[in-house]
Amino acid sequence: MSLMNNLSTSMISSSSSTFLAPTSFNSSRTQSVSVPLKSINIVKCVATPQEQQNAYKTKVSRNANIAKLQAGYLFPEVARRRAAHLLKYPNAQVISLGIGDTTEPIPDVITSAMAKRSHALSTLEGYSGYGAEQGEKALRAALASTFYRNLGIEDDDIFVSDGAKCDISRLQVVFGSNVTMAVQDPSYPAYVDSSVIMGQTGQFQKDVEKFGNIEYMRCTPENGFFPDLSKVARTDIIFFCSPNNPTGAAATREQLTRLVKFAKDNGSIIVYDSAYAMYMSDDNPRSIFEIPGAKEVAIETASFSKYAGFTGVRLGWTVVPKQLLFSDGFPVAKDFNRIVCTCFNGASNIAQAGGLACLSPEGLEAMQEVIGFYKENTKIIVETFNSLGFKVYGGKNAPYVWVHFPGRSSWDVFSEILEKTHIVTTPGSGFGPGGEGFIRVSAFGHRENVLEACRRFKQLYN
Amino acid sequence: MYYSQFLTRVCMPHAVLLQPKESWNSSKSNDEIIVGHCTKVPRNSNLEKLRSGYLFPEISRHESEHLRENPDASLIRLGIGDTTQPIPDAITLAMAEQVRGLSTIQGYRGYGAEQGNMALRKAIAGKFYQDMGIKANEIFVSDGAQCDISRLQMLLGSNVTVAVQDPSFPAYIDSSVVVGQAGELEEETGKYGNIIYMNCGPENDFFPDLSTIPRTDIIFLCSPNNPTGHAASWQQLKQLVEFAKANGSIIVHDSAYAAYIRDGSPRSIFAIPGAKEVAIEISSFSKFAGFTGVRLGWTVVPEELLYSDGFPVIKDFNRIVCTCFNGASNIAQAGGLACLSTDGYQDLCKVIDYYMENAKILVDGFTSLGWKVYGGKNAPYIWVHFPGMSSWNVFAEILKKTNIVTVPGRGFGPAGEEYIRVSAFGQRQNILEALRRLNSFL
Repeated sequence: MSLMNNLSTSMISSSSSTFLAPTSFNSSRTQSVSVPLKSINIVKCVATPQEQQNAYKTKVSRNANIAKLQAGYLFPEVARRRAAHLLKYPNAQVISLGIGDTTEPIPDVITSAMAKRSHALSTLEGYSGYGAEQGEKALRAALASTFYRNLGIEDDDIFVSDGAKCDISRLQVVFGSNVTMAVQDPSYPAYVDSSVIMGQTGQFQKDVEKFGNIEYMRCTPENGFFPDLSKVARTDIIFFCSPNNPTGAAATREQLTRLVKFAKDNGSIIVYDSAYAMYMSDDNPRSIFEIPGAKEVAIETASFSKYAGFTGVRLGWTVVPKQLLFSDGFPVAKDFNRIVCTCFNGASNIAQAGGLACLSPEGLEAMQEVIGFYKENTKIIVETFNSLGFKVYGGKNAPYVWVHFPGRSSWDVFSEILEKTHIVTTPGSGFGPGGEGFIRVSAFGHRENVLEACRRFKQLYN
Repeated sequence: MYYSQFLTRVCMPHAVLLQPKESWNSSKSNDEIIVGHCTKVPRNSNLEKLRSGYLFPEISRHESEHLRENPDASLIRLGIGDTTQPIPDAITLAMAEQVRGLSTIQGYRGYGAEQGNMALRKAIAGKFYQDMGIKANEIFVSDGAQCDISRLQMLLGSNVTVAVQDPSFPAYIDSSVVVGQAGELEEETGKYGNIIYMNCGPENDFFPDLSTIPRTDIIFLCSPNNPTGHAASWQQLKQLVEFAKANGSIIVHDSAYAAYIRDGSPRSIFAIPGAKEVAIEISSFSKFAGFTGVRLGWTVVPEELLYSDGFPVIKDFNRIVCTCFNGASNIAQAGGLACLSTDGYQDLCKVIDYYMENAKILVDGFTSLGWKVYGGKNAPYIWVHFPGMSSWNVFAEILKKTNIVTVPGRGFGPAGEEYIRVSAFGQRQNILEALRRLNSFL
């Protein structure tokens, strides 16, 4: 997210942060909510304690589920720290390898399709109003043939969206509050946070840094970042991301086969996040549906964000196979369709035109080039940390490098790196207790920035 | 919009043959029964409560069926409120420019603020909330009001009670059911348990008689109203704000059609003093700018709006927006900014005038046929009364005999029975043709 946007938005997100404050924000409102920054006050309290007491309050109870959340969502928190740092060092050349935000321009073949669609909206023949909530037919067909050819996934199993993050929440709305879920630990924070909001979880347990009622599947170097399923309790839903954000680990065919079997034996549903599938270098499955039997146990979510630089354009998709059934035999796809029709109104038609262009032969080639560029960045970062003697994971099948700082608090390392090299990374503990002791370094960035960042890392850690 | 057909299946281990349910059995064959694995994941009981598909895909489905049976029919769509007029050049040019910028180093943008581009938030504040004390940081840009309604429901959670107008835009009730605020659907009344339905009809000037309404936590109010077309007066909104204040309730005010107001009625709930402490406002570029497919809207959550424990609602809404959403498309937002420029806004007013001229023609047309017509003056919807008749039957008859798609009032709630909603979006010649056909038929 751009700095300028965050200076103002940080006023909101910062006051819900507890990353710097030792106590939970949910405690008494008479406590000051400003964050103890040494620099200029970028935090604006919504009301002073005195005003609070006299202010009119409605009689509507706050949603107790949201109150369970401990702090702001991870990435706005990282952005806030970055903004604070820039205020402290206005001349610093801050390099952002934190939030996984794409930086390279979108290839022409894709933007020209979107420009064409934009212009067409000004003509009688080209104007279109509401589109199908599930997405434009041509795009759904192109997605099916590009990513799911020969896997038995049909056009109408695919639901186009404004991105995987939104789809995760919509899936949670489908599932409701009476399901249990398992996540990898560490994992992309939206799975846990959306679960808390939906009311699937218990309270946050400070001692273990976990929410009650969620099964955390530890992923470590020791288990090859694939959970030991024999130790995992049955849950209704299993969130699994491969290639993984943040560890970069890519599950093998053998591992995914075990996962599918586990889900089948337990009657569980896997929500498989394949947002980074095109970054895969090794010969691992790119879609869960490559595993026989997966259609009866899995949903797959994906995104154009990291393939086409569509982080701001907003386009993704979710596959819900017809064969996926609830315990009473009701097809999950029908409920998902209902949610899509009721809680959503389709992805932007301009973004969809771009998506279709992405899947043309020229578009695919262009996307591969950009992905290749970020993969080269990743290689440079991996080599740098390796040369400095760090234990480095990931980076081969994903644009993330997972660096081990044994025995250290990841927020401390994050702060140290930021303070001493002006580089923003992401602290591993933001992804769950299993991320403690690790730092995630994103490989998105202009080449010269990545090279400069590596120079600074070398200086700091030599 | 399309409604997918699915095959029924039988679960192998349980060998349960499913009773065909009205709700998801399509009119197509449900003979194919396939043996397959059932997970052990229970279906969300809230979704089970919903009795049929969402209203507008259902209308689409009827439309498609009709076309299948009458392939040569020249259909006139006055059903789903879908805009038809091209977007003014100035706006699409801005979007195309933004798009082209994305292919350059200087113009490329990745993730935007989830709350929206500050320039756009400021422009919205300046254009619509001038002198109302609403600040840019209280405005959250979205991909449309329908999505915002659901995000607000996620925010509020299952333990709140809601009141809706009857009739009303179906997303309020449906999202309430989905989130778990509602009880079962009561067959005789056609109402969901635990939701208060505020009757709006000619007898009360389409504004709820608040003296008869019990307290709920949340009150949904849409003005100008979809489907009745009524724009609440200043006095009516003042009453509502006072009611909310006295009850400690939160109003969710849907102002998606504010730009259609012609008679000086308030365009925002925040025109009423004290509203900031009791109301959230949602709005949209869909009907204002023809952005139904482009996807852009906004929600205003004032900083003054507090939960019972004093916690600001805006903070939790921000958390929802940051966790469950990732911002509206930056291309749509560039378009939005152009909509609010002097020229852009002027161009859009002309399109709105065009639709409202359609509305006038329809109002006059139906009136001259002897029907009691409401709305059509401050909104692009005409609410026609067919006393003693089932609205779905009237809908079906009109479709069958004149190939005109409308929306049966019952789809908007039990009090919509006996009414038909006619949209004023469409090409002028189609509107005129529709009236010609209705003349012969009615």
